[in-house]
Amino acid sequence: MTLIDLANPSKFLALTARALPWLAGATAILLLVGCYQAVMAPDDYQQGATVKIMFIHVPNAWLSMFVWGVMSVAALGTLVWRHPLADVAAKAAAPIGAAFTFLALVTGSLWGRPMWGTYWEWDARLTSVLILFLMYLGLMALWRAVEDPSRAARAAAVLTLVGAINLPIIKFSVDWWNTLHQPSSVLRMGGPSLDKAFLIPLLVMAVGFSLLFMTLHLAAMRNEILRRRVRSLQMMQASQQAA
Amino acid sequence: MTSLGPYASFIVTSYALVAATVLILIGWIALDYRHQKERLRELEASGVTRRSGRQATEI
Amino acid sequence: MTPLAALIRRDIKIALRVGGGALIGVLFFLTVTVLMPFAIGPDLPLLARLGPAILWLGALLASLLTLDRLFTADHEDGSLDLIVMGRTPLELACAAKALAHWLAAGVPLIAATPVLGLLLNLDAAATSAVALTLLVGTPALTFTGMIGAALAVTLHRGGLLLAVLVLPLSIPVLIFGVAASQAAIAGPLSFGTPFSILCALSLVSFVVGPFAAAASLRHGLD
Repeated sequence: MTLIDLANPSKFLALTARALPWLAGATAILLLVGCYQAVMAPDDYQQGATVKIMFIHVPNAWLSMFVWGVMSVAALGTLVWRHPLADVAAKAAAPIGAAFTFLALVTGSLWGRPMWGTYWEWDARLTSVLILFLMYLGLMALWRAVEDPSRAARAAAVLTLVGAINLPIIKFSVDWWNTLHQPSSVLRMGGPSLDKAFLIPLLVMAVGFSLLFMTLHLAAMRNEILRRRVRSLQMMQASQQAA
Repeated sequence: MTSLGPYASFIVTSYALVAATVLILIGWIALDYRHQKERLRELEASGVTRRSGRQATEI
Repeated sequence: MTPLAALIRRDIKIALRVGGGALIGVLFFLTVTVLMPFAIGPDLPLLARLGPAILWLGALLASLLTLDRLFTADHEDGSLDLIVMGRTPLELACAAKALAHWLAAGVPLIAATPVLGLLLNLDAAATSAVALTLLVGTPALTFTGMIGAALAVTLHRGGLLLAVLVLPLSIPVLIFGVAASQAAIAGPLSFGTPFSILCALSLVSFVVGPFAAAASLRHGLD
């Protein structure tokens, strides 16, 4: 099965129906194992037990960027190859990506309260993620602004690609701005030398959350395809009634 | 169960929030699926067929 | 006269004519700046410290306000379709339109800066630094904003959607614009570093803006 075969919605739906239970099962197992390992993980000598927040914060933060990458690939699919599934993939990914970004922000802020003594620090990473969140919301507003899905898809594709070019620039600017305004004495999360006791649960959680995204994304894509079928059938119905 | 130290509430809150958000996402997608299926069934009952001639709810 | 020069001339004429609205941006800039002391208080040293930030925010919002007009009027009277179908590359036509828009709506903002600097207790050196950064930075605002304007016109939605899409993209320009003006006024950083990054941002936007706007118009108009 190649990518072009998937342009046929029926084939894609059949594939989804077969893949979803397996994906969902694998996600559940990995996340449960990850949670268990996170509970069992030792405390960090600096952060104490709050290091456990990292096990869910880091996967969400990484997914928040990964989902934008997925949407950028889909945007290329829309603009360059006119792949019909690309529109659907891009639209379905946006709310899920926004949710992961929101979680990254909230868990980061909950980690920051004990560590920094404040819920919100204008830390470079938190600030960039906040801007990323705003861009997700803007993209969702764009999707919702237009009735015709293929028209909205092309506009959203342009915005997604512009965002993909701009996000590294924004990240760089915010880093620069932050070093200008802030003493860099705040405790940085992670660090290059991560102990194995933290690394393994973190990796398990990261893979688990990535699988979660794949599961949700496939399910949301299926919904979107059905929604388009409903739309076209309603239009046929309306034209039949008019005739 | 290991002790969570003085900041247990923050840790528990963040895990609970993640769980809640993920559950809301799952619930939203599942409800959306049922809703679309429902509308397809209604359309099928009203006699509209797809261009391929297949039933509306058929894959 | 080449088609591009004709397009620029026409756009500037329309913008400056009665009902064109380019000068409303300056009025808005003035009003926002006058409002600030009412929120902050008439504390002159504080105003002088916040001055560059206030002027930059005002200019950002004012340029956003006039962006709506970049494509809307042309779309309404049909000339945008002619431009899209014309023999001139659409990317160049978009760049020409943005340039005209900047000349008509951006340059007056920079011209108004010295007067507003007086109101905010900025000395001559500080005012000229802000004006210089605005001169380099506002083209970037116009060219990135053009992407949002092109998206908004293909979607028949303007106003708020445009603002929501464009403002996050203009954060780097704001950061380096204010940083360069602050560096010129108070130090300790050298003026050159943020200023050259600001120039780089403008150059990037000259490339990305026309291509993205042209892609959006080409794919979006029917």
